[in-house]
Amino acid sequence: MSILEVKKLTLRFGGLTAVSNLSFELEENTIMSLIGPNGAGKTSAFNCLTGFYKGSEGEILFKGQSIFRQKPYRITKLGMARTFQNLRLFKDMTVLENVMSGMHSRTSAGIFGAILRPPSQLREEKKIKQVSKECLDFVGILDKESRLARNLAYGDQRRVEWARALATQPQLLLLDEPAAGLNQDEKDQLVSLIRRIRKDLGITVLLIEHDMGLVMKVSEKIVVIDYGQKIAEGTAEEVKNNPRVIEAYLGKEDEE
Amino acid sequence: MGNSVGLMDRFRKILGLRKTQGILLAVLSLLVILLPLVANNYIEEVATNTLFYIVLALGLNIVVGYAGLVDLGYAAFFAVGAYTTGIFMKFGLNFWLTIPIAILFSVIAGIIIGGPTLRLRSDYLAIVTLGFGEITRITARNLKITGGASGLVGIQRPSIFGHILNQITDFYYLFLVLVVLAIIIAIRLHNSRLGRAWQYIREDEDAAEAMGIDPVKTKLYAYMIGASFGGIAGAFFAVKMTAISPETFAFTQSALILLAVILGGMGKIPGAILGAAFLVLFPEIFRGIGQMRMLLFGILLVIIMIFRPQGLWPERKG
Repeated sequence: MSILEVKKLTLRFGGLTAVSNLSFELEENTIMSLIGPNGAGKTSAFNCLTGFYKGSEGEILFKGQSIFRQKPYRITKLGMARTFQNLRLFKDMTVLENVMSGMHSRTSAGIFGAILRPPSQLREEKKIKQVSKECLDFVGILDKESRLARNLAYGDQRRVEWARALATQPQLLLLDEPAAGLNQDEKDQLVSLIRRIRKDLGITVLLIEHDMGLVMKVSEKIVVIDYGQKIAEGTAEEVKNNPRVIEAYLGKEDEE
Repeated sequence: MGNSVGLMDRFRKILGLRKTQGILLAVLSLLVILLPLVANNYIEEVATNTLFYIVLALGLNIVVGYAGLVDLGYAAFFAVGAYTTGIFMKFGLNFWLTIPIAILFSVIAGIIIGGPTLRLRSDYLAIVTLGFGEITRITARNLKITGGASGLVGIQRPSIFGHILNQITDFYYLFLVLVVLAIIIAIRLHNSRLGRAWQYIREDEDAAEAMGIDPVKTKLYAYMIGASFGGIAGAFFAVKMTAISPETFAFTQSALILLAVILGGMGKIPGAILGAAFLVLFPEIFRGIGQMRMLLFGILLVIIMIFRPQGLWPERKG
């Protein structure tokens, strides 16, 4: 069953069409990549899926429900989490507090809970901490929970972002260039982490990535876009040998 | 005795204070509690005024410090609380029963101003809140029920267990209780799911929204809570003064409260207390130098903001 269906998605900024008639489906429990040359519209498409941009036309179904032009926090609540291309951590808060933000959509204490502190609120706080610690443990930085996010090494800040997204308890995780700025060692760990997210947590993964080595290694399905349009779709092997993809990345032969 | 020491110890840990700071806090509390025994009426009056501004500063701190929203019209909420209590008491309602109504009305005022405007960027929000503050004052000036320009006079003094609160000492202790409650509520809000949500939004609104936090609703909560602090303070203000007039709630009042929060250090509870105390006490202490004192006060504020833009109270984390 497809967890995500994108149908004829179009996004225009004034006269510029960033995403044009983009359609693809994402099967539950798979790892899929959205790739394309610089400026192809990957991040724009991604932002339409997560609600940060409002698509101009088309339809996006998540678990059969329309999320087209929905607000980002509602989409997160429905079970789709995202990370950001440029780290967007809460820099002056601790690592644990950062990850605790993910549990917000799964908890409910409000004004009176905060002021009167009934047992239900104390239980909830305990659960928020416990789940957040599990997520930190999963990405391997539980030992840094009380450090300030801004004081972590770059690779570890990335991990905080992943843990924070996992803490929203999603069914679909969207990673926006997760390998950007990581060294080879960290990239290898990222590959195994993405596999564990799918296998151990049963979460479907969609990533946008520039690092072709990583994309080819980890994806079961790849959608290639250029100029906002889908130009190819298939397994790593199929996409690698598709002439249109080669053209998009390297240019036409007769142009040289 | 051992029990009360244990209690102090627990309190100290909740506040995250070191032992010396805990002792300092205990001594300070004792001084504050015993002050009316040694002070004359004038000192008591000033101290009561200080406590009153501390409540307002703690309330505005939730809006400005916790949620990071600008509010240049905070006196409006304080006005709504004061007028609500004043008017309902004129109709013969008991003072204590007017408090929930005052809270309700100020929260409604908070929703009216916050609902449509919290989607705006902060500089626009500043202008809208400024306008709202003035609208409230001018409305109070022109309505019959609020007594027009001369305001409401002859508001009755409240009584508790048959004892009429009409001495300055009574109000000193009343406001002290309010301050303690306000501090407890402010601390609890800060260390809660809601308090964290405010902080997430303040640090990065997009990231907070990606985590499933509804920014408009969360900010509105800050407005509602800030408004109810103002409303409660206003209700008590009305019965302490027995007379209220529109000019009490002018822009300078809003600016003064905002100044207390910024001066003390936004988002910090001891900062708000310190800021409010400084703003009330400074002009009183230097009353001797007459008109010059406001000039001196202004210069001092500028100097503080240049050298400590983060406020007087030190940062929690390094």
